[in-house]
Parts: sequence; C-alpha cells; structure tokens
Amino acid sequence: MHADGSHPFEFVGCTELREILGIKAEDEVQLLDVLEEVPIESIYYHTHEYFLRHQYLVGPYPNDFATWVATQVRDRVLGERLGVIDPYEFETLEDLREALITVIEDHLSRMHSVPRVDDGEPFYFMMSHLVEVPTGTAARTLRELRNGLTTVDASAIYFHFYAARIRRDHRDSDFTVWAEEGLKMPELARLLRSINPYIFSLEQLRGRLVAICDTFLNGGGETGVSSS
Amino acid sequence: MSVRLEDYRNVAPPGAVDLLYHMSEKVRGKSMLNINSTRVGGGVAEILSRLVPMLNELGVKVAWEIIQGSEDFFRVTKAFHNSLQGQDQAISERMYQLYVEENRENAKRLNFDADMIMIHDPQPAALVDYGDRAGKWVWRCHLDISHPARRVWRFLKNYVLKYDAAIFSLPTFAQKLPIPKFLIYPSIDPLSDKNRDLSRGEVNEILDRLNIPRDKPILLQVSRFDRFKDPVGVIQAYRIVKKHNDCRLILAGGGAADDPEGEVVLQEVKEVAGADPDIHIMVLPPDSNLEINALQRGATVVLQKSLKEGFGLTVAEAMWKGKPVIGGFAGGITVQILYYLTGYTVSSVEGAAFRTRYLLNNPEVARKMGNDAREYIRRNFLITRQLADYLTLMGALTNGR
Repeated sequence: MHADGSHPFEFVGCTELREILGIKAEDEVQLLDVLEEVPIESIYYHTHEYFLRHQYLVGPYPNDFATWVATQVRDRVLGERLGVIDPYEFETLEDLREALITVIEDHLSRMHSVPRVDDGEPFYFMMSHLVEVPTGTAARTLRELRNGLTTVDASAIYFHFYAARIRRDHRDSDFTVWAEEGLKMPELARLLRSINPYIFSLEQLRGRLVAICDTFLNGGGETGVSSS
Repeated sequence: MSVRLEDYRNVAPPGAVDLLYHMSEKVRGKSMLNINSTRVGGGVAEILSRLVPMLNELGVKVAWEIIQGSEDFFRVTKAFHNSLQGQDQAISERMYQLYVEENRENAKRLNFDADMIMIHDPQPAALVDYGDRAGKWVWRCHLDISHPARRVWRFLKNYVLKYDAAIFSLPTFAQKLPIPKFLIYPSIDPLSDKNRDLSRGEVNEILDRLNIPRDKPILLQVSRFDRFKDPVGVIQAYRIVKKHNDCRLILAGGGAADDPEGEVVLQEVKEVAGADPDIHIMVLPPDSNLEINALQRGATVVLQKSLKEGFGLTVAEAMWKGKPVIGGFAGGITVQILYYLTGYTVSSVEGAAFRTRYLLNNPEVARKMGNDAREYIRRNFLITRQLADYLTLMGALTNGR
C-alpha cells in the first residue's frame, strides 16, 4: 500500500473474517464485566469496524454497544451516552475501552435495578481478522482519485479512511496524507481532514469525498503527482 | 443456462465483483472439497450449486461430494439433526454405531486431498477421523445448535473438536468450542427464480393465477405452517389493522403433507381465519419459487412474525424486493432488519399490528424503508458477499500450504 505521496495512490479494499468469541452479556453489568477483559480487538470490532459493516445505512447508534443497549435492552439513555462516544477521539483502543467502561459504570450507579434483555437478544462479543485486497485501481491525479472513489468497492473507502487512522495512530486518513504530500494540495487535505467520519455510512462518505474532489476539479483544474 | 460471476455485476454493489477477482488471486489454484448430504433440495444444496461453479470460475479447484448411506443412516442423521436443534429423540447405541460405520464406508471412496475440506452439517462430520491432515478441515454448521440434546452433542463434539475451525450462521447458534469459530451469514441468490427481477406483467399474471386481487394493500407472511412462525398471531395482528385499514392477508407456506404437526397447525390457521374472504391461506408446492417471488413483489408489507427462527432468509428475500419487513425477535431476523431503518422487530401481536398500521398509513416511509432494505441486502446478504467470505476464509486457513 503506497499512500505516502511519492507513489500513485493505490486503492486497497478489505474483507473481514469474523470470529465468534463465545462470550455474551445479557444485562448491563455483564456487558461492563466483559468489556473489562475482552481482547482489545473485540472493542475495535464493535466500534471502529461497525462502519465496515454499515456500507449503506448507519443507524442512530453508531457502534454495536450503543445499538444493543438501545434496541435490545431498551435502555435509550445508555444507548445515547454510548452513541456519542467518538472512537476516533481516543489515542489508543485501551483509552476507548476505558471510556466505554466509565460511561456504563456511571449509568449503572444511577439505576435502581440492572437493565437486562427480556424480549431481545444477548450481546455476543466478536472480533475479526481484516484482510487487505488490492483493487488494481490507482490514481496519479486528483481526477483519477475522484474516478477511483466512484468505482472501488466500499471496503476501500473503509480501509483508507477509517482503518488508516488506526494504522497511523489515529491521525489522518490515507486520502488526506496523499492530498497533502502527493498532490501538494493543503486546502484539499484540510477539507478531507475536517470530515467527521463518525456519522456517515461508507456510501455517504464516498459521496462526500467525491463532492470535495469535484469542488477542486471544477474550480482549479487538475493537479497530479510527478511521474519522476 | 448456468450463471456466471459476470452476471452479478449489475446486482452486486459497485466494485464488489472486481474485488472478488482480486481476492481470488490469493487462493487461485488451491483446492476445496465440499461434502454434504444432498445435491438437491434444501438451502445448503441450493447455495452450493451456485457457489461451486463461481469458485471454480475464480480459479479455486472446487469439488462437491455427497455422503451416501442407507435409509437407516439418514433416519439416524435426521434424528441427530432434530436433537441438535433441541428436540427429544430416542437414539440408541446401534444408531450411533451406524453413523460411524457409514461415515467410515464413505471415507473409503472419498479423496480428501484438498487444501480445505468443508464438511456441511452433522451427517458427514465423522469423516474428519479418516482423511489425511494435510488440508484444513472446517465444519460448516448451518443449524442452530444453541440448545442441543446433550448426549447427541457430546457424541458429535468429539468429532468437531478435531476440525481446524467451525463456521456458524449466527453467534447465538454456536456452542462453546476450543477451536476457532467463524461467523458467515447465509445469503440469497438475486438471480434465482425466487429472487430475480420480474416485470409487472409477470407479477400480475402469477397473482391472477393464484387468485389474488390487487384491489387493496397486501400483508404477506411466507413460512411453513408451524407454531414457531406464529401464523395465528399474524391473523390477530391483521384483524387489529383491518379495523381502520382495509387490506388483505396472505399466509403462504410449503406443503404440510410429510409433517403431521404442520397439518394440525394449518387446520388451526384455517379455523382462526374463518370465512374472511380477505385472508388467503396458500399451501404451495416446494418448487413455487416464482410464485413466492411474485407474492413478495405484490405485497405492501411483509411479516415474519416468528417466535423461533433459523436464519430466516425469507426476510432478506422480501427486503431484496424493496419491501419493509416486520419481524419477530428470533434467529437471524434481527441481523437482517435494521430497526426503524429497513423495518421493525416486534415482540407481540399488538406490536406487529401497530407497525403494520403505521406503514400502511405512511406509504412514503414504507417506500423509503423498502428502498433502504434492498440496498442493505445488496451489501450484506447476496451470494457475492458469501463468496467473498469463503475466499477470505480459504486464504486465511490455507496460507502457507
């Protein structure tokens, strides 16, 4: 994967092999207990990777924990509190785990009884193995980047926009880095950096990225990477 | 005419078919052997008959073998099948012996020389004892074995533990096992007769043939006549809705001839329906794929008000036709319906009536939900996604072979 500015931008898609951990929670105390000890990859699966599994639609609670307490336990208050935790705000996944635990602990301290699943389903903890897949699509210019964005599998949007931030220690997406270092377009990079990744489905994000590219293509012509 | 991967380019999500070609580069030339109990009939055979040629087209050398056995053997495996899904069955020592003996006999004629050997369901599970261990052995369990009869599960578990991995259709279907357990959802084939596009004329022609007028909104549930599908609850919900919204209800299910319980439930349903001319109870032959397709396309709201369910792919089928679905909190229904976005999950007759009434009175909401439902299925429950999952699994397990 080259997205460091000295090479063409090569689109890489991804697939996930989902692993069942065999651990479940049926009430909010169990959720809390398991959250404290589950492998960190499981935290990643239920928060960041939520977006890989929501290519077209994002529900009102944009991670699995919030979705479960809101729709299965039917505890909307905790669902909302977990739903506004932005996984990309945290330096490490352990910090994210701590934030989830803190919110649930605080919520439970105000409850007279432990909310649990009655008619709904338990929460099943999962993790996944992400496998990179080259798409064969590359871009040397902004126009080619724009065209690639419209045709690649949605998993490539996830890989370069969401997963890249983890690869880069929660910093920029691959698109932002390439705009800045490859295309030498700091204003484009600034706009790409300003997108809140937490509220879009992959298809909505794809549309947003294309629209930003179009703004520059219509206004300022094409900028390309030197082929030297 | 056989279907090719290229035919899916217009129905799969953008870029998905290209990604499959690129994924296949990692496993091209590798071999995969599938073994199940039948080549025709049932969901496993149906999906394998499509997946196998497509995997071969992608350069994976796929073979598909059937376990053979006496009538007694299949009586035993049917008892295993029911026991694993929680039904009490009398299983004698002789039956266990027969299962082992016939698996051993099959092993003598089968060639297990493959990079990955995928064994489907319990019937051939004991083959793992007889093949060489060069390839990776995967047990693909299509059943819900969350509450099995313990003795049968203990027996089968001895074999399952020898596999390199197991695959389940839902986390809730799995048992605790010390081997890796992967999740792969089943899928629907958008080009099959049950799901392919039909013209308005085709739909009308089929509904005419089935004597279904299109003069009022149609509520539909497609399912066997089985208490777990709650057909009586669906009629009760329809009656609540009917007080203020004129509509028809169609309950369409498979034949109940070989299922004494099904026949009893069917009679109960007919009694509850009474002489209401707007309730249509249809017993369809097993090959009524086009008819089910047309019924789903002709429906306004689709229900799957199950109290207990397997994966429930009829939900995905209806959603693929752009219909909002109201389903029970059961089995795979909750992973197919995104609550409030592509339909509703409900826990009661009143809940089903409440949501149905809302959708009938808000056709714009129903239309948007239906459109979103189709897109959600396109990205998550089409056969192309399952193909990607199998390629990923194969790449992960056979890496280094």
